[in-house]
Amino acid sequence: MAASWTPDQPIVQCVDVRKSFGALEVLKGISLSVKKGEVICIIGPSGSGKSTLIRCINALQPISSGSIQIEGIEVTAPKLDKLALRRKVGMVFQQYNLFPHKTALQNVMMAPIHVLRQNRAEVEVRARALLAKVRLAGKEDSYPGELSGGQQQRVAIARSLAMRPDIMLFDEVTAALDPETVKEVLVTIRELAEDGMTCLLVTHEMNFAREVADHVYFTDRGVIVEHGPPETLFTAAKDERTQRFLSQVL
Amino acid sequence: MKPAEPVHGFAVLLPYRLVPTRMSVRISPLSAAIICFCAIMAVSTAWAQTTPTMLSPLQIILKWSPLLLRGFAFNILISLLAMLLGTVAGLGLGLALLSEFRPLASVSWLVTQFFRNAPWLVLLFFVMFLVPFQITIFKTTIPLPDWVKATVGFALPVMANVAEVVRGAVRSVPSTQWEAAESLSFTRRQMMWLIILPQCIKRMLPPWMNIYALVAMATVLASIVGVSEMLTLTAQVHAAEGGRPELFAPLYGFALLCFFLYCYPINLWTARLERRFRIR
Amino acid sequence: MQAIGNWFQHLYETTGLNFSVFYDAYDWDRYLNGLKMTLFLSVTTIVLSLIIGAAGALMQGSPSRLLRLAVNAFVVVFRNTPPLVQIFFFYFGLGTMLPAVEAAGMRVPLLSNVQWAIISLSLFAAAFNVEIFRSGIEAVPSTTIEAAEALGYTRLKAYTHIVLPLAIRVCLPALNNNLVNLLKTTTLAYAIAVPETLYAVKQIWSESQNVFEMMILLLATYGILVGVLVWLMHRWERAMRIPGYGR
Repeated sequence: MAASWTPDQPIVQCVDVRKSFGALEVLKGISLSVKKGEVICIIGPSGSGKSTLIRCINALQPISSGSIQIEGIEVTAPKLDKLALRRKVGMVFQQYNLFPHKTALQNVMMAPIHVLRQNRAEVEVRARALLAKVRLAGKEDSYPGELSGGQQQRVAIARSLAMRPDIMLFDEVTAALDPETVKEVLVTIRELAEDGMTCLLVTHEMNFAREVADHVYFTDRGVIVEHGPPETLFTAAKDERTQRFLSQVL
Repeated sequence: MKPAEPVHGFAVLLPYRLVPTRMSVRISPLSAAIICFCAIMAVSTAWAQTTPTMLSPLQIILKWSPLLLRGFAFNILISLLAMLLGTVAGLGLGLALLSEFRPLASVSWLVTQFFRNAPWLVLLFFVMFLVPFQITIFKTTIPLPDWVKATVGFALPVMANVAEVVRGAVRSVPSTQWEAAESLSFTRRQMMWLIILPQCIKRMLPPWMNIYALVAMATVLASIVGVSEMLTLTAQVHAAEGGRPELFAPLYGFALLCFFLYCYPINLWTARLERRFRIR
Repeated sequence: MQAIGNWFQHLYETTGLNFSVFYDAYDWDRYLNGLKMTLFLSVTTIVLSLIIGAAGALMQGSPSRLLRLAVNAFVVVFRNTPPLVQIFFFYFGLGTMLPAVEAAGMRVPLLSNVQWAIISLSLFAAAFNVEIFRSGIEAVPSTTIEAAEALGYTRLKAYTHIVLPLAIRVCLPALNNNLVNLLKTTTLAYAIAVPETLYAVKQIWSESQNVFEMMILLLATYGILVGVLVWLMHRWERAMRIPGYGR
């Protein structure tokens, strides 16, 4: 499986993904694909299953049926090598989820050392560079509790990047931030995208989606209602539901 | 250097707190009692088949249970009296801790710390040996039997613990309540009794019940200083039955069972109240 | 040392306050041995109760319902029965059931009263520790564990590097309380004639007829012991504090 995958194929390939929590079906046959270097945004009202989808892609939650392939690795396979999957996929959460007992630098260094067993000195050099890249040089020795929400979120991004993933998943990463720090996080993501990082974002930041995304998916109640390039979707949405949603948030 | 004040206000970075949660497998008092009883009986019969002429441990417990249960009732009586005494004194001490008159507050702090940190058994010895067996007030002599002294001995740590509970509960009332009361020109005493304490009672109930369970279990210490409560009687029953070593386990097991059946429901109820008050 | 002894001797002669331990070598020896025994009991039971408590908390997370039930039964029974009766049950009830062993030509019980005291006190305190550790682990939000998983951590590694270090910090105040409590509970070993401080001091006052003075000494001794333990635990708490986290 993994061997048959070539870089020109999509990094993420979801086919008819369904997911139920008991009797409640939150994903009702989602299909989408993300190619290398693309920035994909998923928008839609709350409760439309966006976050669930992104968590399924990272195998944090099992799906009920369908198929999700990451670089040819079938996420639903019973003998899934989770480590192999998670080396390829980085994830940033809404609530940052930094480890509060470690400094910013340690947060970034932990996974490469513990999980990938890389050399500590090399990891540290890379971690410092990553923190500088997310504009947090000088905050290396601060603990998460001493950082603002935006700064914590950027540490979380650096922490995921330290694993050198092929794709980054962002789960409403600005939703828990105060308005003034949202921007600094979005700037960081935009820079990542400009560097060619493949990104899949669930977001409520329409302007950001419009400017940065290559492709936008609109989901509602567990289905993809409409998708297309941002300029088409935001200006000439065909579906009535999309139009209503956009008129409410824009 | 003072660390930079975090500029966010989200719950995510508040420290994780200990929240009493249910255990994954819950044991009801009834089933626990049945399990305990079976275990004790299994243990006792396993060793008790020495000679058929002797009474089995179960028969012995049945034979003596009226006496033993009377002893247990005495334990409960001591615990209730000690709790009553300790709560009244503890309420006073707790209010003294919160007093605005500094010397009173510091003296009561010392008293609280002293009685909280001394081992219960040592306090019991303290009262037993240093309080006379009778006191004379206004030419009437009041005898102080051992069990009364023991009750006082248990009331002392209760007092200190209740005082801490009162202090903690009053402190947990938001300061806006004090300010609101003050703006209505209540006196401090009125504020305390009419506004603050009524709000505290709910908060004080679970820890207060915890203290009670502790006292109930501590009453057996009285046997060490010669009060004939359940544990003393258990030893006497054992001697009366010829001091057979295999009788120790069932007899003390019976005492364990009695206390368990009394304390576990209290404990469950306390936990339930704690959860309910927390959700609110 | 001599000066202290002389001073207390003088105190006795002038005021009648007889702190015999401070000038009588024999009494001093007994007191010191009692103190050593208390320290020995405290340290061993603290360590054992922590180990048993941690093991119990781990077992509470096991998938086996039977194992969880067993741990819960242990916790519930030991928390809701008087520790003194537990000690009697172990020492008299179980101690007399165990076979005796040959030691130095004499038949002696397999486990001595000191060992039984350690066993029952450790189990008693461990029952509380299990609950403390368990709620500490549960206080770590599942999202933090998820973040670790998303970084490729296995369950075990996430536990050792992230969950446990955080859980320990959450537990410390409650653990602190319980260990102080355990130190105080070691006095119960008196009841099965373990020569700890209370036992030694009682022997001294029955011979030297100085109950009041020895009582003061006893209370002061436990005051200091508890004070030292509290101080140590607070230092540990402070060392574990994370800047910007909590108050």
